[in-house]
Amino acid sequence: MTDVVRRGVRPSRIAIYGVLLLACLVYLIPLIIMLITSFKTPMDIRSSNLLALPTDWTTIGWTKAWAEACTGVQCEGVKGFFWNSFKMAVPAVLISTLLGAFNGYVLSKWKFRGADLMFGMLLFGCFVPFQVVLLPMAQTLGMLGMANTTPGLVLVHVTYGVAFTTLFFRNYYVAIPDALIKAARLDGAGFFTIFFRILLPMSTPIIMVSLIWQFTQIWNDFLFGVVFSSGESQPITVALNNLVNTSTGVKEYNVDMAAAMIAALPTLVVYIVAGKYFIRGLTAGSEKG
Amino acid sequence: MEYRQRRPSGVARVSSGMMDSLQRWLPKLVVAPTVLIIGIGIYGFMLWTAVLSFTDSSFLPSYNFVGLEQYAKLMESQRWLVASSNLALFGGLFIGICLLIGVVLAIFLDQRIRQEGAIRTIYLYPMALSMIVTGTVWRWILNPRQGLEKMMHDWGWTSFSFDWLVNPDFAIYTIVMAAVWQASGFVMALFLAGLRGVDSSIISAARVDGASLPVIYWKLILPSLRPVFFSSVMVLAHIAIKSFDLVMAMTSGGPGYSTDLPAVYMYATTFTRGQIGQGSASAMLMLGAILALLVPYLYSELREKRHD
Repeated sequence: MTDVVRRGVRPSRIAIYGVLLLACLVYLIPLIIMLITSFKTPMDIRSSNLLALPTDWTTIGWTKAWAEACTGVQCEGVKGFFWNSFKMAVPAVLISTLLGAFNGYVLSKWKFRGADLMFGMLLFGCFVPFQVVLLPMAQTLGMLGMANTTPGLVLVHVTYGVAFTTLFFRNYYVAIPDALIKAARLDGAGFFTIFFRILLPMSTPIIMVSLIWQFTQIWNDFLFGVVFSSGESQPITVALNNLVNTSTGVKEYNVDMAAAMIAALPTLVVYIVAGKYFIRGLTAGSEKG
Repeated sequence: MEYRQRRPSGVARVSSGMMDSLQRWLPKLVVAPTVLIIGIGIYGFMLWTAVLSFTDSSFLPSYNFVGLEQYAKLMESQRWLVASSNLALFGGLFIGICLLIGVVLAIFLDQRIRQEGAIRTIYLYPMALSMIVTGTVWRWILNPRQGLEKMMHDWGWTSFSFDWLVNPDFAIYTIVMAAVWQASGFVMALFLAGLRGVDSSIISAARVDGASLPVIYWKLILPSLRPVFFSSVMVLAHIAIKSFDLVMAMTSGGPGYSTDLPAVYMYATTFTRGQIGQGSASAMLMLGAILALLVPYLYSELREKRHD
């Protein structure tokens, strides 16, 4: 700071702040437009423009999006699908994080023959385009009687999320000195004792990263939702897409925007509350290895 | 890093032998479910799709092998060619623009900016949104009659016209715009983290030598961020190849099939048009594209580690 004060306000710094603030606007404007539009009446939308504030604020778009809007054949709003997404995301997030924690523990502290191979297979699994597994997965879910069900989607999200959670925990535990584990073993501590008494208490940050990463991924997923679910069991992203693409009557952009906000709110709240861990997850995801 | 069990001597030997073998098996037992679901769910299914790509499967999988016929058909399909060239265009622009914006914003943010945390939060929040949400919003903004165009008209620029979203020649660029809006903040975050890792004494030394700040960034700092550059490209390319949600939400591949990407083509052939063989072949080509990127990347990573 003293540096800045000493140099005073130079034109170059004004330019830097100008560019940074302009970029802030560019990133914020779509969110602002989404909010403004969601509180307008359809009449207002036709007569005003994108950035004009509503002439009279109304929540009609929100109530309609929540409980009345058509998402295909049925017209019950997105509320059911919103809860579907929770019913899918919560178990899938918890199971994949738990599995990831155990896997990371084993792959870093209890290496067995083939552990490196398993690690390589998981690493590669993070990069596979899901298109190569879609059809066989659909067939398998059908055989298991889990097609078009929420438990089926949970299974899918655990399967394709566990590679990421394992890498999070493995990379975190690798940094913990082996001497600590060795000492505990000499004292007679076993596999689970070491995990629950020594590693788990120091794992809070990486547990947060894993929970938030998985929640965001699973809540925002569209591909698995659209392929492996139908009708009543669809997640919110699929319902939103159906709502926007349902062409019965006049297009109501206030309802579209309110529905988009409803779909966006849970991950936005998580981002605002725990953004630090979200960013750590993103950066960890880019340097798997 | 293999651990040897240490046997306590004396009386407890027999029972500890049992404990030992339990302890030896426990780690494997714990990872077994993951090995099972990954083994089947990724590698088994990949193989299954590979097999299907050599069959004449239509609405249901069949195991009547036809060799490379599906791949040959794919190469002749006008729609697949459009989808592939769209991916090259979309991917190239998306990666290039994201890198440019990300690097510039990261360098600017690294100049001891007030409220840096708040600004960073704003740049990165689109990454927390679903691409379906992003697509829905951008589709409204770029709506030819009521969106951006109307706003410009209201503000007095009455000749302004912007119909890219429904123009087959330009619709793909609207997807690029939305995708860049969503992911460029992420590139900024990666580069900012990289910049924070640069030894500041290098900069001071260069300044003493009379080098200007832009020259220092261009000649010294950016070259040292090569690894960040590569991992950004990897992540962005991965997003581009898998991009499906954004296209579905903004254009559903239209107008016509002018904004089809391989992922959209794969979904349409496999799940709506009953051409499972075609869909599987296209999925295998997508895997091939990822491998073509991934193998050199991992190779260079490993080689670098060995040199260190």
